[in-house]
Amino acid sequence: MNLAIRDVRHNAGRFLLTAVGLGLLLMIVMGMGGIYNGIESDAVLLVEEMDADLWIVQRDTRGPFAELSRLPANVEDRALVVPGVLEARRFVTHTIQRERHGRPLRISIVGLAWPTDRGAWLPLISGRPLGQGHYEMVADRTLGLAVGEAIRLGKDVYTVVGVTRDMIGSGGDGLAFLTVADALAVQFDSVGEATRLERAARRGRAEGMDIGLTQPGLLERAELPASALPAIGSPMVSAVMVRLKPGADIETVRGNMAGWADVTVYTGEEERQLLLQGPVDRARRQIGLFRVLLVAISAIIMSLILYTMTLDKIHDIALLKLMGAKGGMIFGLVLQEAFLLGGVAYVLAYFIGLQLFPFFPRRVIITDGMLVWLAFAVFAICVVGSSLGIWKAMRVEPNEVLS
Amino acid sequence: MTGVPSSASPASSFAPAIETVGVTKVYGSGNTEVVALREATMKIERGEVVALLGPSGSGKSTLLSAVGLINPPTRGEIRIDGQVVMRGPRALVDVRRFRRERLGYIFQKSNLIPFLTALENVLVALAISGQEGRSAKRRAMDLLGSLGIAARAHNLPSALSGGQQQRVAIARALANRPSLLLADEPTAALDSTLGRQVMELFREVGHEHRAGVLVVTHDQRALDVFDRTLMLEDGVLAEGGVGQSVG
Repeated sequence: MNLAIRDVRHNAGRFLLTAVGLGLLLMIVMGMGGIYNGIESDAVLLVEEMDADLWIVQRDTRGPFAELSRLPANVEDRALVVPGVLEARRFVTHTIQRERHGRPLRISIVGLAWPTDRGAWLPLISGRPLGQGHYEMVADRTLGLAVGEAIRLGKDVYTVVGVTRDMIGSGGDGLAFLTVADALAVQFDSVGEATRLERAARRGRAEGMDIGLTQPGLLERAELPASALPAIGSPMVSAVMVRLKPGADIETVRGNMAGWADVTVYTGEEERQLLLQGPVDRARRQIGLFRVLLVAISAIIMSLILYTMTLDKIHDIALLKLMGAKGGMIFGLVLQEAFLLGGVAYVLAYFIGLQLFPFFPRRVIITDGMLVWLAFAVFAICVVGSSLGIWKAMRVEPNEVLS
Repeated sequence: MTGVPSSASPASSFAPAIETVGVTKVYGSGNTEVVALREATMKIERGEVVALLGPSGSGKSTLLSAVGLINPPTRGEIRIDGQVVMRGPRALVDVRRFRRERLGYIFQKSNLIPFLTALENVLVALAISGQEGRSAKRRAMDLLGSLGIAARAHNLPSALSGGQQQRVAIARALANRPSLLLADEPTAALDSTLGRQVMELFREVGHEHRAGVLVVTHDQRALDVFDRTLMLEDGVLAEGGVGQSVG
């Protein structure tokens, strides 16, 4: 005869309410773990998805994610001629904030090295990768932009041609993929008056030098957009990503590039570690600590609930003892009820979480490993939590029935 | 109390259900010493139904808990079915097992487990002594049937009247065919009619099941149903005479 199930059946309402409360608490523990995973995953998402063997960044910086990095775009050409390099791509990333439908819209822009990289590797849920060198974008669904929608960024209007899922930047903002040229145009967009003043300044500098007077073509070039003037205002990229030929030795290639005075070269794994130890480290640690505290609080609350549940039955337990019940029966009653409560709370936490987590502003990633970890944690909490109740139940004397 | 190996040997049908020799219970020591029971000696045969009377504080519950192996005496000897089970505070048997197999308890309040139905309350007593399955269920139903409450077998205690609850408690106490039934003011919470019915029930089950029955009671109106009465006053036990209408 299973006494625990019968007790639960008799107090079903109270048991369910307790389980819901505990389930919500466990859901928060689960959610915290999910947010922790989300922050970590978002942080390293681009590094992993870009799948570069080497990242070339500005000398002595830890860019392009952990800190600002600016490189001349021609580093891509330099990299391409290094023996062992299969492919080099420019990489640009920056975050912008615009108003859309009266609400702030934060976009993490990533430049793709058109035409080498059209974003075919992106996890699209609708639409297609980039199909032309300008005015198209692939946006993550968290930005709320649909295929065919047009959005003005700077002086130009960009049409969303594809929508991705789970492409979030380390700051939690949805990613939008443009060509590198468009990404730079958005980044360095300035008002017409500023452009005219810049051109006038260039012309003035050129006219003040002999070369400006002797080379009229230079004065004409001063009228061009800044991005087309490498000698005066060179277009800068955030980094250059390199993929190696099969069999190429990564350290040899890296050693060759390390000889360039203006760059620092990181491997994909080093870049990943820079991210985890850099911008997201404190958030990760804070959430990790909060999660540990929540587990401890859950354990305390659950212990108190189980202890109270045992106290409610202490007279019945004394009676069972008086009737000659063995310790195992009493032990089983308390422990099985703890497992029932923990199990129901865990299942509730999982299903409530499944419904709620998609509405969280940042990604909540619940992994199988985490679910198993939490199941073990709940199991351990049940055992530890019920030990107080078991201790009390084992100490009760049969003669308490008479009181 | 349970340190001595079990010796719950089969009951002898000729030995008294319970016998106490010089049982004394002392609470406290020195200036705070209280003698609750003095040299109590008595014997109850199987099938005999005995009332234990006495004013409040006279030691009735102390005697009952001593012979019920709940609260050991300070001195004296307790024999159940002819077997010495307690010598002073020392248990000579596995007390838990002895309680399970030889004793049945009934209290002032029915003390039914509230989350079990009437049937399950009887079944749990059988389960404790390792009897489960269909035969246990049949025995439980038979007991409830013999006490006239089979129709309420699947009701929770909260859905039963006080009298019905006491009947379930009696069925539970009888489940393991005890040698001795101990009842502590079982009719205190019942009206006089129900109280008398319950007392008559004790006589019936005592005689039918050949169990010794010791009932602590204040209720003087139903003494005629008992075979014998014992009186306790200031911890001193005395024979109170035979009931007015025995059998």
